[in-house]
Amino acid sequence: MRIICPVKRVPDTAAEKRIAEDRTVDRDGSEPVLNANDEWAIEEAMRVKEAGKADEVIALCMGPEQAQQTIRKALSYGLDGAIQVSDEGCAGSDAPATARVLAAALREEDWDLVLMGNQSSDARTMLVPAMLAEYLDVPALTYAKRLEVGDGEVTVDRETPSGHQTVTAPMPSVVSVVEAINEPRYPSFKGIMAAKKKPLTVKDLAGVGVGADQVGAQGAWTQVLDISPKPPREAGEQVTDDGSGAVGAQAIADFLVRQKLL
Amino acid sequence: MNILVLADHDRGTPKKIAHQLLTAARGLADGEVHALLMGADAGAHAEQLGAYGAATAHVWDDSDAEDYATEPQTAALVAAVQASGAQVVLYPGDPLLSDVVARAAVRLEAGVVTDVTDVERDGDALVATKPIFGGDMLSRCQVEPGRPQMLGVKANAFAEEEVGGSPADVVPLEVTVDDAARRARVVEVVEEQSSGRPEMTEAPIVVAGGRGLGEAEGFALVEQLADALGGAVGASRAATDAGWYPHQHQIGQTGKTISPQLYLGVGISGAIQHRAGMQTSQTIVAVNKDPEAPIFSIADLGVVGDLKQVVPALVEEVEKRKG
Ligand SMILES: Cc1cc2nc3c(=O)[nH]c(=O)nc-3n(C[C@H](O)[C@H](O)[C@H](O)COP(=O)(O)OP(=O)(O)OC[C@H]3O[C@@H](n4cnc5c(N)ncnc54)[C@H](O)[C@@H]3O)c2cc1C
Ligand SMILES: Nc1ncnc2c1ncn2[C@@H]1O[C@H](COP(=O)(O)O)[C@@H](O)[C@H]1O
Repeated sequence: MRIICPVKRVPDTAAEKRIAEDRTVDRDGSEPVLNANDEWAIEEAMRVKEAGKADEVIALCMGPEQAQQTIRKALSYGLDGAIQVSDEGCAGSDAPATARVLAAALREEDWDLVLMGNQSSDARTMLVPAMLAEYLDVPALTYAKRLEVGDGEVTVDRETPSGHQTVTAPMPSVVSVVEAINEPRYPSFKGIMAAKKKPLTVKDLAGVGVGADQVGAQGAWTQVLDISPKPPREAGEQVTDDGSGAVGAQAIADFLVRQKLL
Repeated sequence: MNILVLADHDRGTPKKIAHQLLTAARGLADGEVHALLMGADAGAHAEQLGAYGAATAHVWDDSDAEDYATEPQTAALVAAVQASGAQVVLYPGDPLLSDVVARAAVRLEAGVVTDVTDVERDGDALVATKPIFGGDMLSRCQVEPGRPQMLGVKANAFAEEEVGGSPADVVPLEVTVDDAARRARVVEVVEEQSSGRPEMTEAPIVVAGGRGLGEAEGFALVEQLADALGGAVGASRAATDAGWYPHQHQIGQTGKTISPQLYLGVGISGAIQHRAGMQTSQTIVAVNKDPEAPIFSIADLGVVGDLKQVVPALVEEVEKRKG
């Protein structure tokens, strides 16, 4: 059984973001990181492997050459190798274009389970997992907060607003996970050193058989017209309570009445 | 231009967001506004959507919608787009429905814009405004001309407004669900908490609690305040990580994004990853004992004080003023 984890390189939320000339995010302005939600997917994949239910866990990343730093970070969790699709043509891809590239790369591989984050912290569309499954014509079990790999099938507890659904599907399947699924480990020193030597296969778009018109800004089905900074929120009134709660409670109740919220 | 609204409902009772989306659709469509309702009892009150401008309500009340995840509903959405002749679909940014839209978009080769807070019409194109980078910036986007347009609209972006139209024409939707669509089977549905509170991503008021509550029991205070205000309950990651409140209530970068009319945070410092999920709220009120807490820099009203005193006093004050 082989698990593939799509991983994305994203700007650090804590860092300043810049918009580049071509209306994409300037990822060079800040130190990018491995998308946090993908770490839970990697951790879960490693647990499946450690339980003896998977032979191999491989990372898959669509991203520029610099994304290799992120890929090595993913590998430091103990993964067996990685595949990168790196091509200038990928720049400006929207969710379906990204899913097409990932699907094309997956078609070249043997795999049983795709295990990924439910959202990327920059695009945050939550669309890629289901779109990827659609392109691959497999089920998608999304927002998993528990995963169980059985004989040829996978079962998850899928988070809903008030609880969960337990959903089961045959493999191959795509599963996306939420934070509640596990507590990721810290990569060990040994893992970090080993990551440098793990096999990394780099392919371009031709290598995965995707035409240039299918990806990037050209293949995107949506267009960004402009991006503008939002005027920063300003601090409003500040009230210090008298220690009994009365002053603070009065201030908030008055405010809610003024705002017609009460 | 016809517009189809994916009308979310609770056992047949349309949710607020369905009314909001229909109101938005009415302002944009020069053709007809249609609604799609899927799942158990979907048709129970479908005709009422006429009051919000829906000419036709397509109803698909089939156990396939409940027994299997996503794919049967995808087939229904595709069928409804075809039946309504809609060039535009407005849907709520609910995670489970987003999956349905994602798959349908691939089938229809439709462009999708998520997190939309405003829409303007420019000829046949809809120009959507959405906050990006946790609300630091605004982006205006559109679907490539000629493609079906699917816009995920944030809750509370549009105020619901009745037009007093005639009842919607309720028509059963013909959907062919093939066996492949039944691959992901729902074996159990577990309601972990049936609180009767509104859903966090939809509620006009959200009261959120953080590490400052000190213990799981501290959320009782948050719940009391939420109930007094008729709001939903949210939490910071520190609180969900500690197991004080279920993860689906987590607000922030790795949790959910909310933009209610009022966010009221207690015992939350306002770390950037938390703000990434709530700073597009219309008004922000915070209670924190630390006058330097970063949440105060974005709060319309900040109260420096002990939440254990302020929250119970506020619950009392709210009850008193409600009369
Ligand atoms: C990759 C990544 C992703 C993350 N994603 C998220 C996310 O999605 N959501 C999220 O929330 N966080 C997220 N975080 C964590 C975030 O950085 C903060 O650690 C977290 O938000 C802190 O939660 P808190 O405000 O409840 O706790 P703290 O920061 O510990 O703040 C507690 C506050 O309570 C106040 N307080 C204490 N006692 C009282 C009292 N009696 N009365 C009044 N005030 C009191 C304190 O002054 C303090 O300001 C993420 C972090 C990382 C690195
Ligand atoms: N460029 C990419 N390379 C690999 N995986 C990606 C990429 N973009 C998105 N993903 C995956 O899709 C998930 C959801 O992202 P999104 O739909 O953008 O919110 C992420 O958690 C990743 O696992």
